[in-house]
Amino acid sequence: MNNQPGDGYISYLDYQGKHRGILSWLLSTDHKRIGLMYLYAVIIFFFVAAFLGLAMRIEKMAPGPDIMDAQTYNGIFTIHGVIMVFIIVIPGISAIFGNFFLPIMIGARDVAFPKLNLFSWYLYITGAVLGVLSQFAGDGPPDTGWTFYVPYSAESATNVIYALTAAFILGFSSILTGLNFIVTIHRMRAPGMTWFRMPLFPWSLYATAWIQVLATPIVGITLLMVIAERTLNIGFFDPALGGDPLLFQHLFWIYSHPAVYIMILPAMGIVTEIFPTFSQKPVFGYGAIVISSIAIAAVGYFVWGHHMFTSGMSYWSRWFFSFLTFIVAIPSAIKVFNWVSTMYGGAIDLKPPLLYAISFIFLFMIGGFTGLALGSLATNVHLHDTDFVVAHFHYIIFGGMGFAFFAGIHYWYPKIYGRMYSNRIANIAWGILFAGFNLLYFPLFIIGIQGMPRRYFDYLPQFTTGQVISSIGAFILISGLILMTANLIYHRKRGAIAPANPWKGVTLEWLIPSPPPHENFVEIPEIKHKPYLFAKTEPKE
Amino acid sequence: MFSGASNMVEGVDRAFAVIFGIAIVFIIGISAFMIYTVIKYRRSKGHEAKQFRGSLKLEILWTIIPLALVMLMFYYGWIGFAPMRKVPPDAMKIVAIGRMWEWEFDYGDGRMSPELVIPVNKPVRIDLKSEDVNHSLFIPAFRVKEDVVPGYNNFLWFTPYYVGEYDILCTEYCGLLHSSMTSKTRVMSQEDFDIWLDQLAEAAAIPVPEGLILLRNTGCLACHSVDGSKLVGPSFKGYWGSERVITENGVETSITADEAYTLKSIYDPNSQVVKGFSPGLMQSYTDVVSEEDALKMIEYLKELAGEI
Repeated sequence: MNNQPGDGYISYLDYQGKHRGILSWLLSTDHKRIGLMYLYAVIIFFFVAAFLGLAMRIEKMAPGPDIMDAQTYNGIFTIHGVIMVFIIVIPGISAIFGNFFLPIMIGARDVAFPKLNLFSWYLYITGAVLGVLSQFAGDGPPDTGWTFYVPYSAESATNVIYALTAAFILGFSSILTGLNFIVTIHRMRAPGMTWFRMPLFPWSLYATAWIQVLATPIVGITLLMVIAERTLNIGFFDPALGGDPLLFQHLFWIYSHPAVYIMILPAMGIVTEIFPTFSQKPVFGYGAIVISSIAIAAVGYFVWGHHMFTSGMSYWSRWFFSFLTFIVAIPSAIKVFNWVSTMYGGAIDLKPPLLYAISFIFLFMIGGFTGLALGSLATNVHLHDTDFVVAHFHYIIFGGMGFAFFAGIHYWYPKIYGRMYSNRIANIAWGILFAGFNLLYFPLFIIGIQGMPRRYFDYLPQFTTGQVISSIGAFILISGLILMTANLIYHRKRGAIAPANPWKGVTLEWLIPSPPPHENFVEIPEIKHKPYLFAKTEPKE
Repeated sequence: MFSGASNMVEGVDRAFAVIFGIAIVFIIGISAFMIYTVIKYRRSKGHEAKQFRGSLKLEILWTIIPLALVMLMFYYGWIGFAPMRKVPPDAMKIVAIGRMWEWEFDYGDGRMSPELVIPVNKPVRIDLKSEDVNHSLFIPAFRVKEDVVPGYNNFLWFTPYYVGEYDILCTEYCGLLHSSMTSKTRVMSQEDFDIWLDQLAEAAAIPVPEGLILLRNTGCLACHSVDGSKLVGPSFKGYWGSERVITENGVETSITADEAYTLKSIYDPNSQVVKGFSPGLMQSYTDVVSEEDALKMIEYLKELAGEI
């Protein structure tokens, strides 16, 4: 096998295809270039939505109106949620790292349908642009929250239809990416790579892709139904027109709860790659991690009702959804134990990717256990729709998915760009981020337990201390984000040249040059052993 | 926490204690173990990574123990919740009405109150009615909350244990003034409550002007006060016959608040917006308020200005 840089080596960044300049990106069907186009779009939108979040925190530094009025605040938390959920965390890891590394890690030259892949990106951009337009066109920014609950979303005088259409189109982008990945994984694995020789990041993408394909159409049709309700006055959901408002909530969460697993499963996949590499040790419990990914994807379909415990569902619906919610916690716990055991006994090198991965476990545990307090019936009654929920899902989505994303970008950066970033600055940025994150979100648990509702423009004076601490955390968090990103952007062209395998990884992406050539492999490798083989000879189990 | 203001507090707070107790043990335990591992097994010369790949025994162990623990948490959550759905037959009945963006409590026979007033140590069942969108009635001190969904007959119940005042909050996002949709629960002794209820009945006996009822039920009062306080829109107090500085097609002019102007403000609210207020916040009430009703509202506005 010869995949080292030879005479004919040209990296995908320098490769000249049919088109030149910007078109060589915009019309490229190379999975790596498409992955990077997603990355840049996500970074831009992420900073927009993060600054909107900061604006909300500034508003809440004191009771009463400070820098904006209630309508503006309601519009900001709506677009913050729409961008963060539909444009960043749902596509995020799959579309960026999945596109870039899935084909490489299974020994393929591209995804199964490269043109469809490019089309997905255009759908994504169309949806994202429409989301932005909803802020400027028509009758003012939508003010329904990202959940679009009916009847309010059917009645609000604002520009709700743009936001609904944006989410609808983004959903199709997600479905097509999922479909592409399923076919790629089924049909394009390298010779000898059986299902159980496949690395775990592709496994997590596989479980995710099935959720994307099966669950997304439900939210698509639901959003269309709201549009029909607003434009044609068809009474699906509005009781004034003979509809059922809870039907909307059911349909919405049938997708939007599994969507949480679309976010977190690939994140779990990333850290599952990082722990073995930085411990120089096979992943602990490969089979358990695969099964738990599939179990999360499967059981995750049947827990949506825990978003509706106080909505007026029947007693036994509440019982059933609470029970299953506790069951779905187990596979996540199993993963945590396996990650920790992967490090145990290894030769641990605490580089920035591992630092982020370890803090992922810590934040994910806090998010997970507080999720159990929300899944439990009695405590949910008290916590439902309070700031406790806001803290919980930010710990899962930002502390979990976000920190895993940061771990991933620091892990694969040398492979993507062929350059190294500054470890020192990456560590400092991590410290600022981690401190800012906890200072921002932890106080929300406390005021949530004290009864502070979410989506409140204003608040009662007893919640002031927690709100102010949280706002201070927001400034620290934003500084950490800027420093981390600046470190990566600055070293993109100026960093030290990265070797093909800076971390001594053993999955296929580390066997090809950094950055990889167009079509990845000169010669498709043949897989003769199980994954994560670090030692030349491995002791028998 | 643990103030025990109602009969629901004990069950809920016990579930909190069980879940958070287990959580703290695991979060601290696993974090400490990670830190220990990273320090003990840090990469150094002469130290090689062990190459084991798993242990079926451990996998079974850390499947079964969490399973047992989550079932325990589920159980405490369930038994803390179960009583919330079993209302005692002798519970006092009050209807809570949620509308954008205020609460109203209906004690029957036209006795309406903006605050929830209840006698101590007596079970009370609150039936939840929405007149527009979803709301949610939340009394943190009592650990009770249930959504107020139009078309649904939701309810909650509890027995208050101490005399005092407690916050009521709306916890289902309901638009512009969601965060101002608050009220108070006043728990009082049976004697005080009886006196209060008599006073409420006397107040109910005085006929309320028809225009005021219409203004209230249409939701106008959420943004336009009748006492002169500035909300999202201008107050109705002193409105009738006053000189208004308005912006029409970007031009500032002055106009008298008469019938024509008022009707225009109801049916085409964004064409003439009073200086100091934002356009786009009020939608047209065409097809919602009939002209006949609008004239009744105007009658009340005249009354408010002392013209009748």
